[in-house]
Amino acid sequence: MSAFGFFAQFLQLFLTVLLAPLLLGWVNQCRAWLQNRQGPGIEQPYRKLRKLFRKDAVIAENASPLFRIVPYILFGAMCLAAAIVPSLATDLGFSEAADAIALVGVFALARIFISLAAMDIGTAFGSMGARREMLVGFLAEPALLMVLFTASLISQSTSLTVIVETLAHRHFGIYPSMAFTGIAFLMVLLAENARIPVDNPASHLELTMIHEAMTLEYSARHLALVEWASSIKLFAYVTMGIALFAPWGIAQAADWLGMAFALPILIGKLLVAGCGLAVIETVMAKQRIFRAPEFMGTAFLFGVLGMLVHFLLGA
Amino acid sequence: MNSMNFEGMVKMACAAPIWTVEAEGESWRKMAKACADQGGRLVSIWGSEAAEGFVVFAACVFSEGMLISRCSAVDGKFASLADIFPCAARMQRAVHDMLGARCEGEDERPWLSHGIWPPFPLRKSYDPELDFAPAGGNYPFVAVEGEGVHEIAVGPVHAGIIEPGHFRFQVVGEKVLRLEERLGYKHKGVEKALEGLMQNEGAELAARISGDSTVAYSWAYAMALEALCGVTVSTRAGFLRGIFLERERIVNHLADLGALGNDAGFSFGLAQFSAIREDMLRISKEHFGHRLLMDIVVPGGVSKDIDVKAREAILAECASVREKVLILREIYADHTGLQDRFLATGKVESGLAAKLGLTGLAGRASRNACDLREDHPHAPYDKLDVSMATHHGGDVAARVSVRFDEILESLRLVRAMLEMMPEGEIAREIPGCSGFGAGWVEGFRGEVLLTLEVEKGVIRRAHAHDPSWQNWPALEFAVIGNIVADFPLINKSFNLSYSGHDL
Repeated sequence: MSAFGFFAQFLQLFLTVLLAPLLLGWVNQCRAWLQNRQGPGIEQPYRKLRKLFRKDAVIAENASPLFRIVPYILFGAMCLAAAIVPSLATDLGFSEAADAIALVGVFALARIFISLAAMDIGTAFGSMGARREMLVGFLAEPALLMVLFTASLISQSTSLTVIVETLAHRHFGIYPSMAFTGIAFLMVLLAENARIPVDNPASHLELTMIHEAMTLEYSARHLALVEWASSIKLFAYVTMGIALFAPWGIAQAADWLGMAFALPILIGKLLVAGCGLAVIETVMAKQRIFRAPEFMGTAFLFGVLGMLVHFLLGA
Repeated sequence: MNSMNFEGMVKMACAAPIWTVEAEGESWRKMAKACADQGGRLVSIWGSEAAEGFVVFAACVFSEGMLISRCSAVDGKFASLADIFPCAARMQRAVHDMLGARCEGEDERPWLSHGIWPPFPLRKSYDPELDFAPAGGNYPFVAVEGEGVHEIAVGPVHAGIIEPGHFRFQVVGEKVLRLEERLGYKHKGVEKALEGLMQNEGAELAARISGDSTVAYSWAYAMALEALCGVTVSTRAGFLRGIFLERERIVNHLADLGALGNDAGFSFGLAQFSAIREDMLRISKEHFGHRLLMDIVVPGGVSKDIDVKAREAILAECASVREKVLILREIYADHTGLQDRFLATGKVESGLAAKLGLTGLAGRASRNACDLREDHPHAPYDKLDVSMATHHGGDVAARVSVRFDEILESLRLVRAMLEMMPEGEIAREIPGCSGFGAGWVEGFRGEVLLTLEVEKGVIRRAHAHDPSWQNWPALEFAVIGNIVADFPLINKSFNLSYSGHDL
């Protein structure tokens, strides 16, 4: 591993973990503005984390050790995911370790553990949330794989860094296949991050929740880690979207100057992406839960279409 | 000529058309049956301790008004009306919880009581310090059996800050097979607390029975006391009361419409409706001293007048609220995602609604049309020609639509009342008196009834009835066949009171 690779990897991981709550705060702030509200400020997620870390944890008497460990597993898995998605530079220390398929696997691993933890206590809500999460998850994963496969076919590799390098530094061209997969990816992003129209992150109605229902029994530091992990997941997904569909400006190997430019460019893109997310969440209502299969089915269809277009047009 | 003709029927000197009658033995059920045969409905059943023993009252509506029949519970027993009016069942269980008079052969589970206070608080001999054995927490819910059927217990502590109530779902997958409610968590002994108060002090407590209906309850209390003392309020005071009640209706409907959007994940709606509502509340605070208009309607009249400035403010507000609500109505109607959630969700067919005695706003949305302001208008509504908002859908969308219609109609009424209102005194003195009185007012949820037994200016027994009593059981039917995740939306579309029900 080169010194640059090590440095880029470290910087990217550090920034991702630190800035992830800020992206969530930005999305929420944009939502508030779009609704003519003042909003709590973009630093609100940090205040919440600070509050939660200061509290004493309440844990159900019948909780198994699994219940306590899962927040750490979740946080770890999301950090790993954030480390392998190239957001600042393509020369990353971890890039050899995991490719696009492994990334999907990391998300699946986190999902399995949070679902197990949700069922661990034995409340109706936890099991209900786990059941719904699995429904959404098993439909979203194939769609996500289709998106990544199309990108892999273009760049002849499943390694995320190679994909991004190919997409970012080929001569500028329009890929019709990527347009289809772009729609598929956006739909997967909304579903996987428990956003409207699949789930409502702001809901207090326990019977309608998907992701929140699974974390109802968590409190204090455990809840803080779960929430932090969720924001890292959103960050990882958004940076993955940027890396796949708008990769310009990302630094190449040993490009120290590029690195210096990559960060402000990334922040600019994140601001735009967060705004876009807020617009989607403001104009849409939450769907009935049984619309989720249709929604994910459409995402899968777009993924497959993207791949077909790639084979037909070779672009 | 009166279509109901029983011996001993006496018309009360009340603004609303109310008759009272003694109904001993057979005639207790016969009178209820006669009302039901006319397409009437049961409003309330309650009990009281008289000198000769327990008595129970039933308030039924027939074509000309309300009939309150009084029957003594011999040996603490009275005949059930639940086969005539299904909504009677819970009220009869509540009579037993509060007073100890029981219907033979009916559901013997407690309703309001959770066994944490000594039994029968409405008896005159009740001693709150009494040692008693708290009942166990095992309330026998009706379970559904079958492959894949499981229970979901929700509440009374919820994930959000809302009123407490317990809901026991029997579901298979996401589909609801059965819902059973358990209420009573907000019981705070209001009816007992009203006993022994001076007749004017009671008005303040009545205003706090349910915060969102404070004008309706205050007015019902005032009407009952005025009927009892034979006082009529001035025309101006009548119009002022009407304006306050319509403002309360508008404010609550605005809140509900916003919350319904929010529960469907459309928080834009909540933000917009809340802003309109907040502006109205601030105008209320500025001109009448209270955001929710609490203690504004008092026995004998009203405590605050509308001056020129307030009149201008309200007229300007009516115009701006109307404009904004029309725009928002269009946004709601055009929003595919929202309409997909609203349409066909939580449907109560009109036949079922009639059978269950669904009342108020929810009733009107299921073609079970009754609105006191149109059916039996009292001052000031007798001069206003109120047009009732109805809908045939019976689903969440219908209840949304009725709310929009009622806001627009109420805005028209407020403007009309401001135009028609004559000058004059706003309050009259009420002397201490004795007797039985009732007040009957159309609140934003539906008809509110408040009855008073007063002895020389001191309350002997007061009973307050919220329309939620009729509509809570209907909610259990509305969710059958829907998915669990839609329950909060259906529940919100009814927006029933816990506080006003548990008392």
